[in-house]
Amino acid sequence: MSASQFLTIFISAVFIYNVIFSRFLGLCSFIAISKETKPALAMSLSVMFVTTMSSIITWLIYQFLLIPFGLTFLRTISFILVIATFVQFVEMVLRKISPPMYRFFGIYLPLITVNCAVLGVAVLNSDMFFANNKAIPGSFLYSVFQGICVGLGYTLAMLLMSGIRERLDLCNVPKALKDFPLAFIIASLMGLSFMGFNGFRF
Amino acid sequence: MKKYFKEFLRGIIKENPTFVLVLGLCPTLAVSVSVINGIGMGIAATFVLLGSNIIISSLKNIIPDRIRIPCFIVVIATFVTINELVMKAYSPALDRALGIYVPLIVVNCIVLGRAEAYAQKATVINSLFDGLGMGVGFTLALILISGIREFLGAGRLLGHTLIKGFQPAFMFGMPSGALLVIGLLLGFFNILKNRKT
Repeated sequence: MSASQFLTIFISAVFIYNVIFSRFLGLCSFIAISKETKPALAMSLSVMFVTTMSSIITWLIYQFLLIPFGLTFLRTISFILVIATFVQFVEMVLRKISPPMYRFFGIYLPLITVNCAVLGVAVLNSDMFFANNKAIPGSFLYSVFQGICVGLGYTLAMLLMSGIRERLDLCNVPKALKDFPLAFIIASLMGLSFMGFNGFRF
Repeated sequence: MKKYFKEFLRGIIKENPTFVLVLGLCPTLAVSVSVINGIGMGIAATFVLLGSNIIISSLKNIIPDRIRIPCFIVVIATFVTINELVMKAYSPALDRALGIYVPLIVVNCIVLGRAEAYAQKATVINSLFDGLGMGVGFTLALILISGIREFLGAGRLLGHTLIKGFQPAFMFGMPSGALLVIGLLLGFFNILKNRKT
């Protein structure tokens, strides 16, 4: 475990293997909610919170339940259930203790259950930081850090995209390309520029 | 019989999950590097759709309305796990090529979308044909996208070189090429739709 490891995780999760542009996780919400900056930011922050928390929870489940009992083949089903329950729980708590926060985040939370980025991080963590059904040294911290970084990468993509699409509203675009098709083409051009980060070497 | 055939066809053209409903894009874009991967993903998703549609529509009177989403997810995840194990056992190469996108079929919006919008209200037989149609529609869309990408990006189709001396554009094999192809295809289908009306 060293600082350079964390730097590698940060650079690769945020830039090189950006969730949106390279791994294609969470595209539905990315295309649907990136029309304006404010909801885009709310969605990104909710995603970042959920990816971080679900990294923690799923790591604990994998390490202390699935591996000791030889149940690793139940990974998918247990992860998605725990994530769905957790998201529902957060929604209920938010509604109770902070109505303004609930209005800001609440409508996006149910969407996050089926956001592939969240389950994707959990699956990636269990693939990358466990070898032969054993946690590698520093595995827990790496997992949590990767959760945060994937959330950051999502936020970065969301903010860039919503900024562009806000300005695009004022432009005269071909009728057939309006909305979705154009959003994909913009994402493609952004993905092309993100490919430049592939050149990073440590 | 004709009625069921109509259920089946709807998923292929009129409500094609990829091009009309714009659902389940993450796996579509991620695995469409080659036609073989596309077909593999399509069959896997069709299996899950078929299974979850049948089970959910036959359990529709038992599942309480308020916790239906977690119930649906458990059913879907069960089929995804079956699919994962079968794929690991019988075609490990495909399993490696599809990587984390196999477990991620759980969160493919098409599957949950059909459960929520169709299977929980329809009869078992209708849901079966709906699942089959949606699955085939998804597979065809995948074949179209991956065909374009494999041809332009690697100069091959199903692993065979088609035109000698064709210089492939590397970009189409990369993620950004996938986004470009789907953007232009959606635009193309919009033109067709506008011309019809």
